[in-house]
Amino acid sequence: MIFMTALMRGMVSQMISDGISALPGHVQAHHPDYRDDPSIVNLIPASDAELTERFSAADVAAWSTRVRVPAVITSEYDSRGVTLLGVDPLRERGLTFVDYDDVEGRFLESSDDTGVVIGKKLATTLNTEVGKRIVLMSQDPSNEIADRGFRVVGLFHANVKSFEEAYVFAGKTTTQKMLRIGDHVSELVVLGDDYRNVDAAYNKTVELVDGAADVQRWFELDPYLGSMLNVMDGFVFVWIVVIFLALSFGLVNTLVMAVFERVREIGLMLALGMRPIHILGQIIIESLLLLAIGLVLGSALAWAAVQPIKDGIDVSIVGEGMDMWGMSSVLYPELLLSDVILANVVVLVLGFLASLSPAWRASQYEPIEAITKV
Amino acid sequence: MTAVRCIDLCKTYRQGEEDIKALDHVSIEIAQGGFVCLSAPSGGGKTTLLNAIGGLDKPDSGEVYVAGRRIDNLSKGELAELRLRQIGFVFQAFNLIPVLTARENVEFVMQVQGVPSGERQMKAVEILEEVGLAGLGDRRPADMSGGQQQRVAVARAIVSRPALVLADEPTANLDSKTSDGLMELFRELNDHHNTTFVIATHDKRVMSYAKRLVRMLDGRIVEDVKQDAA
Repeated sequence: MIFMTALMRGMVSQMISDGISALPGHVQAHHPDYRDDPSIVNLIPASDAELTERFSAADVAAWSTRVRVPAVITSEYDSRGVTLLGVDPLRERGLTFVDYDDVEGRFLESSDDTGVVIGKKLATTLNTEVGKRIVLMSQDPSNEIADRGFRVVGLFHANVKSFEEAYVFAGKTTTQKMLRIGDHVSELVVLGDDYRNVDAAYNKTVELVDGAADVQRWFELDPYLGSMLNVMDGFVFVWIVVIFLALSFGLVNTLVMAVFERVREIGLMLALGMRPIHILGQIIIESLLLLAIGLVLGSALAWAAVQPIKDGIDVSIVGEGMDMWGMSSVLYPELLLSDVILANVVVLVLGFLASLSPAWRASQYEPIEAITKV
Repeated sequence: MTAVRCIDLCKTYRQGEEDIKALDHVSIEIAQGGFVCLSAPSGGGKTTLLNAIGGLDKPDSGEVYVAGRRIDNLSKGELAELRLRQIGFVFQAFNLIPVLTARENVEFVMQVQGVPSGERQMKAVEILEEVGLAGLGDRRPADMSGGQQQRVAVARAIVSRPALVLADEPTANLDSKTSDGLMELFRELNDHHNTTFVIATHDKRVMSYAKRLVRMLDGRIVEDVKQDAA
């Protein structure tokens, strides 16, 4: 039960981590209209220099500003609609899903870099490769075509294959020049310590942005991911309860048999002067001790079962299906202490309830009938 | 002082279609320090009377008093407390707890009574010596003879010095020598500690130790005589 929960938890956690690393970060700030119309006209009113000044001076774990616009990428063979990300590669490290060390060619080196990094899959689709040129085309704030030729300097890999087709990285300054937007950006991204608790990062960002942009948490930016987390928390509880209810039939049966096999002994204890309430307590305590031993062994086994696969299970054989749900092709089980505690508490509480019936029956034996039972 | 008083006890068991009167208007009074044998053929009602006196079974009608306190209307918990504090039982089938050693079996009653560990260990060792089982305290029942097991059961019954000991066919599984040894032990306790003994038996050898012999037949007392004990 704990092992399966770890697998499910890992799957959802990975989905959320992938989703967060797919650019939302933990907290983002945008122009108030950006989410309804993510076009070039809805840029953050404050300049990039102002934002940089405020955030550089603050104690924020990781942050970055980006230009993010819809664009069309064209090679000599094909065209595709993509999301163009103008980034500062130094600040972007750790915020993005791209592993800089796992890029064919190289990743961007600075905001002024004139190269472009595209996904491996997109390169295949466009029939292009490192060193070849592509053209990126979008709109400037005057609704004029803004385009520019770039040389492909790197091909990135992503756990979620659809990311490789969806995103194109270019230098922030280069992108700003191409789009003729001066020193402005589309979004500000902040990363906190834990995606489950982003209030500190959110409050800090609100304070630093100071009304210059709308600030939202990742689960507001991607309600699907947010609801996945909530559903998972509820699901883990329901899963543990349902599994235990199924197991409880076996448990009750075991306890009833354990009591039944000791009818004479229990009758003797009653005959010798043990009070029924003490018999009740004794059976319950024995049941809880059995459960406790089972829980210790079970939890240890679950931990041991997770260890060999904690570096991930390759599920790329069903990668396309996983991709559809925004999941990566490597599943990392996640054994949370809170899940182990929840499972143990549920088993103890329900085990206690399950032991009440046989314990009550034992305490109500007539001693003389129980003693003479064969 | 009266140790046991039963007034007009009736108890009927249903066996198939037949009603069997195990106790049929039985009245008896046993003084403190008495040594009474209840004798009857099988089904005569002696065990039922013993169980009624010990609060292990409730009569259909009538009243049972132990040490002056009416017990037939007590709750299960109150009866358990009475058995724990005032009555010692010796069963025909020994009824020792198989997973416990002889000493632990003897300690059990004291443990339920809340006697501290050190004290109950000391008392258990002493009483085992008294019943002739010195050095056998660490044996489990399965490693002991029938006579030894019955001695453990007796030790358990008397270790907390109850005022009343009820024994149901205590010598049924013992040879004659062991039986004599056990009965002498009972008499000694009766003489020195003024413990009241009520023993259900149909063993004439046992009856010869009794100061008072009560014969039962079909759930009724048909003879109640005092006698010179062996």
